[in-house]
Amino acid sequence: MATAIMDLPDREYILPGTRTCAGCGLPIAYRHILKALGPKTVVTLPACCLTILHGMYPKTPVAINSVNNTFGSTAASASGLVAGLKVTGREDYTVLAMAGDGGTFDMGIQALSGAAERQTNFIYVCYDNEAYMNTGVQRSSATPAGAVTTTTPVRPKEQPKKDFIQIMEAHHPAYLATTCSSYPADLYNKFVKAKDIRGTRFIHLAVPCPAGWGFPTRHTVKMGRLAVETAVVVLYEVEEGRFRLTGKSLNMAKTGRKRPVSEYLEGQARFKKMTPEQVEAFQEWVDRRWEQLLERAGL
Amino acid sequence: MARTKILTGNETAALAAKMCRVQVVAAYPITPQSKIPEVLSEYVERGELDAEFVRVESEHSAMGVCISASLVGARAFTATAANGLAYMHEQLHWAAGARVPIVMPVTNRGLGAPWTILNDMQDTISQRDTGWIQLYCMNNQEVLDQIILAYKVAERVLVPVMVCFDGFRLSHTMMPVEIPDQEKVDAYLPPFEPPYLLDPENPVNINPVVLTDPLPGADGRPCPGYMGFRRRLQEALESALDVLLEEGRIFGEHFGRSYDDPLYRYRTEDARLVFVAMGSLASEATEAVDMLREEGIPAGVVGIRIFRPFPRRALREALAGVQIMAVLEKAVSYGHEGALASEVKAALYGLNGAQPLAVNFILGLGGKDVKPADVCEAARRALSFSGPGEVPESPIWLSNEI
Ligand SMILES: Cc1ncc(C[n+]2csc(CCOP(=O)(O)OP(=O)(O)O)c2C)c(N)n1
Ligand code: SF4
Ligand SMILES: [Mg+2]
Repeated sequence: MATAIMDLPDREYILPGTRTCAGCGLPIAYRHILKALGPKTVVTLPACCLTILHGMYPKTPVAINSVNNTFGSTAASASGLVAGLKVTGREDYTVLAMAGDGGTFDMGIQALSGAAERQTNFIYVCYDNEAYMNTGVQRSSATPAGAVTTTTPVRPKEQPKKDFIQIMEAHHPAYLATTCSSYPADLYNKFVKAKDIRGTRFIHLAVPCPAGWGFPTRHTVKMGRLAVETAVVVLYEVEEGRFRLTGKSLNMAKTGRKRPVSEYLEGQARFKKMTPEQVEAFQEWVDRRWEQLLERAGL
Repeated sequence: MARTKILTGNETAALAAKMCRVQVVAAYPITPQSKIPEVLSEYVERGELDAEFVRVESEHSAMGVCISASLVGARAFTATAANGLAYMHEQLHWAAGARVPIVMPVTNRGLGAPWTILNDMQDTISQRDTGWIQLYCMNNQEVLDQIILAYKVAERVLVPVMVCFDGFRLSHTMMPVEIPDQEKVDAYLPPFEPPYLLDPENPVNINPVVLTDPLPGADGRPCPGYMGFRRRLQEALESALDVLLEEGRIFGEHFGRSYDDPLYRYRTEDARLVFVAMGSLASEATEAVDMLREEGIPAGVVGIRIFRPFPRRALREALAGVQIMAVLEKAVSYGHEGALASEVKAALYGLNGAQPLAVNFILGLGGKDVKPADVCEAARRALSFSGPGEVPESPIWLSNEI
């Protein structure tokens, strides 16, 4: 497995001309996902920022076969691709379903739960930018408490983020992992591993969004790193029930170094209305989960 | 050798799908079609049908599975009714826009609220504008034949097809059905040849965002904007009428039952009063016609087999010069009248002196029994109007309801 950027395959599947905003974390992640999965991949995607990344007809910067589908049906579309490819003797294709947090945590949950329960042979990636970005930064159930969005404009969101990863773990997928666009090697390795596993593979991908979160475009990588270094996002994988911290998170567990969440929150305009009490509550939530995950990892 | 079996509409639909060698089946229960996927699951589990059987968690997903399976070249099938069809609505548009040749039987059933599991046609009529071909069956033989025909046509014009038949009245009623030999079906319906195959070296982005105006592609040639794609869908449906009739004629050469007329006609030659109806109602109306004729009233039936694309010219020819037409409908465009009445009247626009007096009857909703006597009553009401001024503006509800 590649651990250094120099070891990654040279072939590019995302050519110049993506339509995402400047500084978007999504193309960084997508580039490495496709490098890991290779040309015999079919992507299915709903309406979201990824659709925009794929460009407008008749041109696309993405050199991978892809199928656009309706907002709530990504995993159903993937089930159809898997069934159609199998019955026509092309099981050597990897079916990749990739949707945003709105298209997963909210509207896509039914189709995804169904496909996972059927143990459909596909990889589902939820790239999580923590709001409905494509429609203009509306709150989703993935939006964290304290964030201002265009539908929580005056009083920041009060409810914490839905623990969707646990919901997916309860489906006992063949493979489950979390990763972040700021750690391409961690991300790449997880997709290489996922590619060779049969059954449902679910990957939660944290993606910083400068436009929706309110930070300078030059801070995208830094913001993703801060998310991990504060343990707001924790990198791990669950393989056949075995839990393992990976990459930077494993490192942090070993060294005991974890930054305060305020360092992550401060750099983003969406959190500017958070009260000190809310910041404290957020820190407590992060600490509690970090301890739980350390315990699961036996560290 | 063809053999005759006594089958329900649902068993017939499942058998037809098997004989069409469908490759992907998406299954979700809803009365009155549930038996179709049940029978198909038996075929698949017994190894009699080589298909991927996907037990989805909703009708929205059922259509999602079919769309994507079809896009990668598999012959896809699902069935539904009523609220299941309504739940699919977004996907119906997507399937037609994606030009995937899915065939889907719908066992016609009323829509809630309030709940009914029984028959009317509100479900499919409400999906009229989704870009699907809609065929309506009068009996179980037609269920079998139309499903086979539907795949042939769908795969030629790349438009999905709904094969509609009345819930319970056909879906649960045993009728003799002549089952053709499998080899004959294979000869009529060869394997699905998708318009393109996935090629990793020539990747495509299927159904992306399309802008309003045409744009040049990589080779500099202009590619359609949104309206260009939509116009092509309209043209495909317009051309589908001739294809349906041509394939219906070829069907007759193979199986001895020809479907080269978009209309079913019963004693129309000298008819002064013509009932216009769809599905099993058209067949039931023939009994009333015989009764009326015994009373000396020259009545006839025009049954509409193909509702989309709409057989405008055939209807114009069939109804020109008829004195009165009674459009019998099991669906309503609420606040107006039955959609079929509006459409038939529009088809006759400009016939001037030859235009029949049009009277619209709503009947049989939510399984309400329609007896020949009810249809005769409709005839008498229609005949009581001596001119357009006397026909009520709103449709006449035929029922003894409070
Ligand atoms: C049925 C339906 N409802 C609503 C929409 C509008 N819509 C398009 S993209 C989008 C937001 C997607 O949010 P998310 O999945 O989080 O992806 P992001 O845009 O943030 O990348 C919404 C609500 C739609 N396309 N279809
Ligand atoms: S809104 Fe955010 S996620 Fe969407 S393209 Fe822009 S930066 Fe990327
Ligand atoms: Mg989002």
